[in-house]
Amino acid sequence: MAHDIAVAATGENDHIGIVRDWSADKQVFGVPWGKAMMWIFLLSDTFIFSCFLTAYMTVRMSAVEPWPNASEVFALTLFGHHLPLILIAIMTFVLITSSGTMAMAVNFAYRRDRRKTALMLLFTIILGASFVGMQAFEWTKLIVDEGIRPWGNPLGAAQFGATFFMITGFHGLHVSAGVIYLAVVARKVLRGDYDRNGRYHNVEIAGLYWHFVDLVWVFIFAFYYLW
Amino acid sequence: MEQVAIADQHDEHHEPTSFITRYIWSQDHKVIAVQYGLTAIAVGLIALVLSGMMRLQLAYPESFTFINPIAYYQFVTMHGMIMVIYLLTALLLGGFGNYLIPLMIGARDMVFPYLNMLSYWFYLVSVLVLVSSFFAPGGPTGAGWTLYPPQAILPGTAGFDWGILLMLISLAIFIVAFTMGGLNYVTTILQARTQGMTLMRMPLTVWGIFVATILGLLAFPALFVSALMMLLDHVVGTSFFMPALLSQGQLTDHEGGSPILFQHLFWFFGHPEVYIVALPAFGIVSDLISTHARKNIFGYRMMVWAILAIGVLSFIVWAHHMYVSGMHPWFGFFFAVTTLIIAVPTAIKVYNWVLTLWRGNIHLTVPMLFAIGFIFTFINGGLTGLWLGNVVVDVPLSDTYFVVGHFHMVMGLSPVLVIFGAIYHWYPKITGRMFNDTLGKLHFWLTFVGAYSIFLPMHYLGMLGIPRRYFANLTTDFIPESAQDMNIGITAAAIFVGLVQILFLINMVWSLRHGKPAGGNPWGATTLEWQTPQTPPAHGNWGPTLPVVHRWAYDYSVPGTAEDFTPQNVPVSPGHDTEDEEART
Ligand code: HEM
Ligand SMILES: [Cu+2]
Repeated sequence: MAHDIAVAATGENDHIGIVRDWSADKQVFGVPWGKAMMWIFLLSDTFIFSCFLTAYMTVRMSAVEPWPNASEVFALTLFGHHLPLILIAIMTFVLITSSGTMAMAVNFAYRRDRRKTALMLLFTIILGASFVGMQAFEWTKLIVDEGIRPWGNPLGAAQFGATFFMITGFHGLHVSAGVIYLAVVARKVLRGDYDRNGRYHNVEIAGLYWHFVDLVWVFIFAFYYLW
Repeated sequence: MEQVAIADQHDEHHEPTSFITRYIWSQDHKVIAVQYGLTAIAVGLIALVLSGMMRLQLAYPESFTFINPIAYYQFVTMHGMIMVIYLLTALLLGGFGNYLIPLMIGARDMVFPYLNMLSYWFYLVSVLVLVSSFFAPGGPTGAGWTLYPPQAILPGTAGFDWGILLMLISLAIFIVAFTMGGLNYVTTILQARTQGMTLMRMPLTVWGIFVATILGLLAFPALFVSALMMLLDHVVGTSFFMPALLSQGQLTDHEGGSPILFQHLFWFFGHPEVYIVALPAFGIVSDLISTHARKNIFGYRMMVWAILAIGVLSFIVWAHHMYVSGMHPWFGFFFAVTTLIIAVPTAIKVYNWVLTLWRGNIHLTVPMLFAIGFIFTFINGGLTGLWLGNVVVDVPLSDTYFVVGHFHMVMGLSPVLVIFGAIYHWYPKITGRMFNDTLGKLHFWLTFVGAYSIFLPMHYLGMLGIPRRYFANLTTDFIPESAQDMNIGITAAAIFVGLVQILFLINMVWSLRHGKPAGGNPWGATTLEWQTPQTPPAHGNWGPTLPVVHRWAYDYSVPGTAEDFTPQNVPVSPGHDTEDEEART
């Protein structure tokens, strides 16, 4: 009996302990405020993309004309081979690779390795920029060759082009903004700003944003191209 | 990496030197708060004038040549949108959030003051864009504050060309502004509290603003996305929300879109928006009641959990605004259930306010009058909300004046009363001077009685079946003629209430110079903002050292203490002179 009470009491304390830790004074998370702020921003941004994707699924289901077959529309003929989704595959690969180089940049940043951090950031920037470049190519091909417009297309439902341009465009803007953001951070790294003020964690904060943008792409890829 | 808590970091806020950096491009949260507040009140006055014109038209249809049906719709739309977004949201979060968060949690400023400053300037731009639509070709949009497509962008609706465009752009800018401010509020509360200020010691005002801001950060995205999609439908010619239809005898270029999708997105934002406005008001009113009744808030922990529960639930009730949209009845059932569940934590809060007043040492100061007025009004609006939450009751009442009466009670009058109470309560801190008490009391009674004369009769008109958003109800068989008399009475009250606000403005301006010096803590309040070394608080708020918190925010009339309040930064002496559970365990 007494034993039971003791167990119950410790259980109770554990639970209170968690609440205590969380609601300790000064700060809830043991991280710089910039990082906490970035997390919260990304949560908000998640809701934006979720709304986009939900809206896309809704209009796709309610569209009155047939939905074009994505793997056909996004096929390229390379060296005489007809390759469905090849460009998207490459783009996805590039973006995921850039997440890798970003992670390395963060790692070097914590080791305070100024040059390697900057170098890895540069790789990330190049990969990100080439993603945007390939996206521009894809858009051009759709618009010029296939005649797909936001307001209509010869292959079926007008919402196909509308959602495509809206969602990939919005994501592309995120990538472009990320490229600029990383360039600013890289410059500060190179100049040695963070060596002076000790704020190397700013590289990690930029990294959070970058990984998020990659993750969103995976969802867009799955829902838009593979469905 | 060793992490230094923000509250312990070396102070980096440099004292502004010139007039411009001090009052215009200021990064000080207090100045930004006042900028937000004044701008919001200025647009709010526009919305008030618009409501007066609507009321004139409804009382004396066919008398005013400058109010035609088109103009009436424009007034309704701009009135509703300005009140909800540009006045209430901006004033409660941008205004009170900015002013109170750092002061109440013992911080020197927001964590990212520059972003905070940008937030205000984006807000100002969004207001200017909105107001510019009055001067655009075709005038502002007349689509109703809900902006439902297809009609919002079809010829036949006022401002279908420019008006709606500017409205959507303005909303998008507002959301950007809100996000910049909101990130600051949330992060500051989470990460920059002073020593001893645990989450469970924060004043309820901070809790309300905190949860409301999170709601905003998660709900505004839906409005942003729907605004963007409607912009594309309108400007580029996509068909997200536009089905194939005939407009003025012509087939439009649209096909296959879903108008219901817009309604879902809009209300996924729209319902939490009600709580974005309500939760800060709940929090503030709790503190007003506790301070002016000289009693600790009843059930502090329950109040916090209720705020959190309401916040979560508010995301799964949105379709109670769509019972008549033709959605599946099972959805209606689901949303009715969740809507009624949300009444539980809400009712807990109301009971706790009343129990706080119970046997309190009630000082009927001006802020307290407004707080008590709020409790009445909120109960009133909450009860009609229970009616409307039920599908079978809502269907006949939907789109009648009953709804207009309901939402004006619950999200029009209630938050406005709290805002007035809050302005009177913190005016001495913000300006260093007391307002004129007699004028303030007069303002309360005339506003309260006047506003009830506006909104109570509306419920009755609604039950008669008078539709909402009608320009004139002239020769309709089912409406008795006496309804028109009532309309005239409502209008008289509305004009009266509008004019009474001049008393408020005069009081605010007059007291700036002629009010009695307030001293640091005129109400004998416990929370930190009243314990600043200077009043009004100087840049950096606290002088050389931050305050240290030893107790919760509600040590009023604790037995065994000399005064009837003990500020949060007073250490707990051996003996029991605090009601704070944490300090005692
Ligand atoms: C003296 C104060 C006020 C008066 C006299 C007033 C009057 C009115 C009137 C006459 C309408 C139009 C009803 C119709 O024709 O359907 C209306 C609509 C509305 N009002 Fe107020 N109002 C006042 C304050 C407020 C406040 C403080 C809010 C803040 C939430 C508010 C929010 C709205 C909304 C959202 C609408 C609906 C607009 C629409 O149907 O699109 N009003 N008001
Ligand atoms: Cu609702």
